[in-house]
Amino acid sequence: MAFEGLAERLQGTMQKIRGKGKVSESDVKEMMREVRLALLEADVNFKVVKEFVKKVSERSVGQEVMKSLTPGQQVIKVVKEELTELMGGEESRIGTSKRPPTVIMMVGLQGAGKTTTTGKLANLLRKKYNRKPLLVAADVYRPAAIKQLETLGKQLDMPVFSLGDQVSPVEIAKQAIQKAKDDHLDYVLIDTAGRLHIDETLMDELKQIKELSSPEEIFLVVDSMTGQDAVNVAESFNEQLGITGVVLTKLDGDTRGGAALSIRAVTGKPIKFVGMGEKLDALELFHPERMASRILGM
Amino acid sequence: ARYRKIDEDFFEELEEILIGADVGFDTVMELIDELKMEVKRQNTNDPSAIREIITEKFVDIYSDGQEVQSDLNIQENELTVILFVGVNGVGKTTTIGKLAHKFKADGKKVMLAAGDTFRAGAIDQLEVWGERTGVDVIKQAEGSDPAAVMYDAVRAAKSRGADILLCDTAGRLQNKVNLMNELQKVKRVIEREIPGAPHEVLLVVDATTGQNALVQAKTFKEATDVSGIVLTKLDGTAKGGIVLAIRKELGVPVKFVGLGEKMDDLQPFHAEKYAYGLFAEAFEEKEEKKEEEAGD
Ligand SMILES: Nc1nc2c(ncn2[C@@H]2O[C@H](COP(=O)(O)OP(=O)(O)OP(=O)(O)O)[C@@H](O)[C@H]2O)c(=O)[nH]1
Ligand SMILES: Nc1nc2c(ncn2[C@@H]2O[C@H](COP(=O)(O)OP(=O)(O)OP(=O)(O)O)[C@@H](O)[C@H]2O)c(=O)[nH]1
Ligand SMILES: [K+]
Ligand SMILES: [Mg+2]
Ligand SMILES: [Mg+2]
Repeated sequence: MAFEGLAERLQGTMQKIRGKGKVSESDVKEMMREVRLALLEADVNFKVVKEFVKKVSERSVGQEVMKSLTPGQQVIKVVKEELTELMGGEESRIGTSKRPPTVIMMVGLQGAGKTTTTGKLANLLRKKYNRKPLLVAADVYRPAAIKQLETLGKQLDMPVFSLGDQVSPVEIAKQAIQKAKDDHLDYVLIDTAGRLHIDETLMDELKQIKELSSPEEIFLVVDSMTGQDAVNVAESFNEQLGITGVVLTKLDGDTRGGAALSIRAVTGKPIKFVGMGEKLDALELFHPERMASRILGM
Repeated sequence: ARYRKIDEDFFEELEEILIGADVGFDTVMELIDELKMEVKRQNTNDPSAIREIITEKFVDIYSDGQEVQSDLNIQENELTVILFVGVNGVGKTTTIGKLAHKFKADGKKVMLAAGDTFRAGAIDQLEVWGERTGVDVIKQAEGSDPAAVMYDAVRAAKSRGADILLCDTAGRLQNKVNLMNELQKVKRVIEREIPGAPHEVLLVVDATTGQNALVQAKTFKEATDVSGIVLTKLDGTAKGGIVLAIRKELGVPVKFVGLGEKMDDLQPFHAEKYAYGLFAEAFEEKEEKKEEEAGD
């Protein structure tokens, strides 16, 4: 039940090759089968796996693996390099608007960790960048969502803007921005309700909030335990809203987190932060190389 | 019937559909091997027949030769205690609200125990569900010992003559040893107060979860002897196919599915219906494609 990492997976194939002392193309093919399985077990989307394996395979059939004395290790190295490159690139920076306040929208499926991450981001903005955020309770649907954000605000000793649950989220966002201007607060973090990417009405609501607030960042919050569906969710949110980055939550668990690769591959948008616990200081920068090792089970 | 070749491409596509539904590689292979054999045996290449066969094979693997009970273990004329467990954000509290509504409609006296004393707003959230469904909630202050809340709740439910007590717990990741110990303690308190209770321990699993759901089921089962699964958020595009592996490897059946955020969005699990839905899209998509091609 514990899923095998890539190294264990490659062992059988390696034994066979060792006997022959030379790597053939069919050996590489067999190794690629193991790469595919390792990625699927880590929940990387099957379409993303297909593309990825093709790329790694091309590189492997060339010099690197076939000429190597340790082809297994070489395959792992190639896979890890390609994974890291795919997920890496941009720095985990939070944008700042030229005209304050800077607006950040938190969006995603139900239960992904938006509200908690809103609190964590506010904490980080103050601690690391010396900023003054306003938390905005724009989830008027989920029972006690406002109360949840207010409690986090109290824990952080930070202002929370709310108009109750009888006012539209669009109106709440609008008034919140004015409030931030009045009070000279420089960041506005909008906690939106969880919603399905196929819910047109609610997706329209997000578009309206985007329209009026010109957010500097739209963070898609994704549960790191997400399986194959991660591509549908990320692609759809990105197409409809144009997300600027991703926060991957609950990485303090024992999931492999292949969703990270899937999301990056289909949206091209950077994973900026990872959630490492329920507490408000449990937000870390994203490290592509660490994530690559994790996905490969090493 | 529309003609369509049942060839290697067909099986390969089916493999992808199943993997895309989070069924998991090993289980997919098992399903496809069995399907291939059956197709050969019946010598058919009628897609609608194939659809019947694969649904059947799914149900075969799911039920493993037994009659799988998705009914809850409800005590007649006595208090029934149901404990909800699971990782963070999967839908435990919402499912409790939905079930409270269901039992209430059946004429039962229902009570809720606010055993999540940790997450911000968790108690208030359960209270909103209590108001919506017209059901009492037993709670203590945020930050108090969940085992103590459970002790209170069981006592109150007994003394007030409740039929059903639904116990909420804080979400926790299965690799957090101290939190899993805390959960065991909560369960022990219930056991001590009522022999044979909790009568159900329901693990709530989010349908968007991938292979980690199997690890969740294993660890929560070891800690709390899980008796059933509630598969939530099936109203999205995720299929929750990992429940087949959970059933196969751990023997734990699915009892309910969650289909939305409202009170009525909970249904009993039917393996056949679920399997049919799992393949529906696949087969319908193909038929649509065929029609388009035919139209060109
Ligand atoms: N272990 C862990 N738990 C987390 C993390 N981030 C969020 N959570 C938990 O996940 C659950 C859901 O978090 P919320 O912040 O309420 O999620 P949400 O996306 O706002 O949920 P909705 O508003 O209902 O859509 C809560 O129990 C959080 O404590 C994380 O990084 N690690
Ligand atoms: N679409 C959809 N959303 C659901 C379903 N069940 C629950 N939700 C939503 O998922 C989010 C999390 O639900 P909760 O009931 O708070 O989950 P929980 O497991 O109690 O969360 P924690 O206590 O934080 O661990 C909420 O926004 C719910 O409205 C479902 O079947 N479908
Ligand atoms: K989730
Ligand atoms: Mg929220
Ligand atoms: Mg809860």
